[in-house]
Amino acid sequence: MIVVIIVAVIVVLVGSGVVIARGRRRRRPMLPDAPRVAMPSVLVTEVTQRPSLREEPGTLAQRLGSSRSVFDRVRALSGAGAVSAEQLEVVEEVLLRSDVGVATTNMILDDLRTNGAPDGIATSVRNSLLDSLSAERSVTLTAQPGRVPVWLFVGVNGVGKTTTIGKLAQRHVDEGRKVVLAAGDTFRAAAADQLEEWATRSGADIVRSAEGADPGSVVHDALGRAAARGADIVLADTAGRRANSTNLLDELSKVRRVADREPGEVVETFMVLDATTGQNALSQAREFLAAADVTGIVLTKLDGTARGGIVVAIERDLNIPVKYVGVGEGVHDLIVFEPEAFVDSLLDT
Amino acid sequence: MFDALSERFERLGTSLRSRGRLSDADLDEALSEVRAALLDADVELGVVRAFLDAVRERVSGEALNQNLAPGQQVIKAVNEQLIEVLGGSALKVTYASKPPTVVLLAGLQGAGKTTTAAKLAQWFKQQGRQPYLIAADLQRPAAVEQLRVLGTQVGVDVFSESSTPLEVARKGLAEATRLGRDVVIIDTAGRLSIDEALMDEVRDISGATSPHYTFLVIDAVTGQDAVQTARAFHETLELSGIIVTKLDYDARGGAVLSARGVVGRPIVFASTGEKMADFELFHPDRMASRILGMGDVLSLIEQAEQRMDADVLAEGAGRMMSGTFTLDDFLAQMGQVRKMGSLGGIMKMMPGVTKEMRNAASNVDENELSKIEAIIHSMTKRERREPVIIDGSRRNRIARGSGTSVGAVNQLLKQFNEMRKMMKQMSGGNMPQMPGGMGRMASMAAKASAQREQLPPGFEALGAGMNAGAQATRGGGGKNKKKKGGRVTPPKQR
Repeated sequence: MIVVIIVAVIVVLVGSGVVIARGRRRRRPMLPDAPRVAMPSVLVTEVTQRPSLREEPGTLAQRLGSSRSVFDRVRALSGAGAVSAEQLEVVEEVLLRSDVGVATTNMILDDLRTNGAPDGIATSVRNSLLDSLSAERSVTLTAQPGRVPVWLFVGVNGVGKTTTIGKLAQRHVDEGRKVVLAAGDTFRAAAADQLEEWATRSGADIVRSAEGADPGSVVHDALGRAAARGADIVLADTAGRRANSTNLLDELSKVRRVADREPGEVVETFMVLDATTGQNALSQAREFLAAADVTGIVLTKLDGTARGGIVVAIERDLNIPVKYVGVGEGVHDLIVFEPEAFVDSLLDT
Repeated sequence: MFDALSERFERLGTSLRSRGRLSDADLDEALSEVRAALLDADVELGVVRAFLDAVRERVSGEALNQNLAPGQQVIKAVNEQLIEVLGGSALKVTYASKPPTVVLLAGLQGAGKTTTAAKLAQWFKQQGRQPYLIAADLQRPAAVEQLRVLGTQVGVDVFSESSTPLEVARKGLAEATRLGRDVVIIDTAGRLSIDEALMDEVRDISGATSPHYTFLVIDAVTGQDAVQTARAFHETLELSGIIVTKLDYDARGGAVLSARGVVGRPIVFASTGEKMADFELFHPDRMASRILGMGDVLSLIEQAEQRMDADVLAEGAGRMMSGTFTLDDFLAQMGQVRKMGSLGGIMKMMPGVTKEMRNAASNVDENELSKIEAIIHSMTKRERREPVIIDGSRRNRIARGSGTSVGAVNQLLKQFNEMRKMMKQMSGGNMPQMPGGMGRMASMAAKASAQREQLPPGFEALGAGMNAGAQATRGGGGKNKKKKGGRVTPPKQR
């Protein structure tokens, strides 16, 4: 009931603000409403000058080229042993630009400073990153006897949860499993329609409800249907939610509890993460881990220019492994994560 | 919003305030703090560098200013530079002399284009225009359906057909002209900036519809890639501005600075929540203040005047002060407050509100508000005027009537009494010296527009923010609530 106080504070602050604003206005002579004049033909007036930033190439090929040459420069400079300040700077730039983050970057730089780079800088950095990506990343497909395995998908808005489920449904169907999809995103307009479209494409079964329905009930119904029809796996969608709202996270915990009740058993909870996401991903992962016991990450949109380097920090600090990556819009564009290939793309070597 | 960045700058603020003179080493240290803060907030590396260079230049250029302590000079420079990078001043939306005014939205997948399209349509509607939505996202399954649903929610017609995006855009525009709509908003499919086929497609749409405004929709949680994306879209489409979404997420927001810094186009709108009402014009100066931890009083008052019945609100505030506040008033006020969107969102814009309070507000369940309304509705008129008469049997009746428990009724009454007591104390008169929200807010609202040139607004708020912070750490938990109220001061000074 802290609400009462909050409302009171808001009323007093805003109320007096309005009073003040009015008082100020009243003191001035009232201006007549400006007459509506014909609109100027120039529609956008740019207010400030474009800041002079170093031009950078815009396409992937160019970007790869430039990064590669940056890193080649490091390699060319590096002999075994001590690392120069200039070399460290180049390493720092490459890492920061991949969204690896300040903390991880500093850790790697410190390591280079103290231990040098006996096998060359490129190899040292690569090895440090791979060390951080050493978690076990197999997926669980089976539940206890008599229970239906459930994969639950969580994440913030717009990261590609529904699309990921669509692609995974196809994968499971291709591998001969009987799949039931639970359209647990009852918040976003037409989210269930989107999932239904994927169900039709992949030949999976879908359970959906009206918009605004309780997501837990949708998941519950899906479990019922899965058990009745002897399905091999349930893929449960949830609404995108920001990770800094206790209410939304509580709701998610509830959905997870429902999914984990007989006849279901949650064997994987995936946090779907967009590769363009920056440092906020770490706090997202922390919150979703606490609320829904996340067991793996699906890193989407890796076919763009974004590198998704933040997963290094997530895997190192929170021990949540990346299990799948999304590399395109096609139904088969979801592949199993490989640390080596990922690190190489981070470093563009 | 930008909380993490604000926090770091606040810390930076204290350490600098305690120094008398600013040496080169001090400056280096301060700037490396700023650098780490910006990188942590996902500002792109190149933008960070340009930003720091500019701040350094500002500080050394003003080395002779005797009126400011050295530390204050750095903060002032950071603030000014923030405002400049964020856009100088807001873009003014004007309309084509020959309608319709065409607005094209583009961006990566999942940035929030479809939701933004509907919110934008609603915004234009509020401006007295007759918008029309064109659903040209034929890529993502059910995107058209999503826009239709949202269009219905905001009362704007949506055009679509199953042909090609280019055809849809062309026909939609013709249809809008036929219907006499004066604003057309085209929602396009999300696309990666390196997908040449799709980039060509959106270029064709742009060519066929010659939009007056082309907005890049970008997500506030984007990392270093914001720059690549913004530049690529700018090269293809000649952007006129940026719309930033998901600003209600915790912390960060550096993508805003990055994208702005690279394409040199203003950020025009900001989307701050899932509700259709959570959408506003982006005010760079206010946003810079927000980054520096000042709260955003001007936006708040503007919103309040737009969405609430200002008379009711002003009257309520007055009665609270004079101690004649009844449950009826409270009910009316709560209704007004709810019109403004989520409590958390409102709190974020308030200066001098501590983090705990903000978190508490953002975690308030809307249902809880409804519950309170139900309880008050279940009271008789007399009970609402004189809550003292509510005895055990009345409590029982009210609880039954509202479908809540006696405990909930008790709690509400207790809180309401506490609040009344608090308000009475406050109007007692020892307020003006208090460092808290209201006095400062009153003076800020007054000053903000009058004396922009002097100190940056974030500057005085920073000092006050520290006080507020110190207070909050002293009183924990339940006590905290009282303190919050205690810092509320009537606007006597004006």
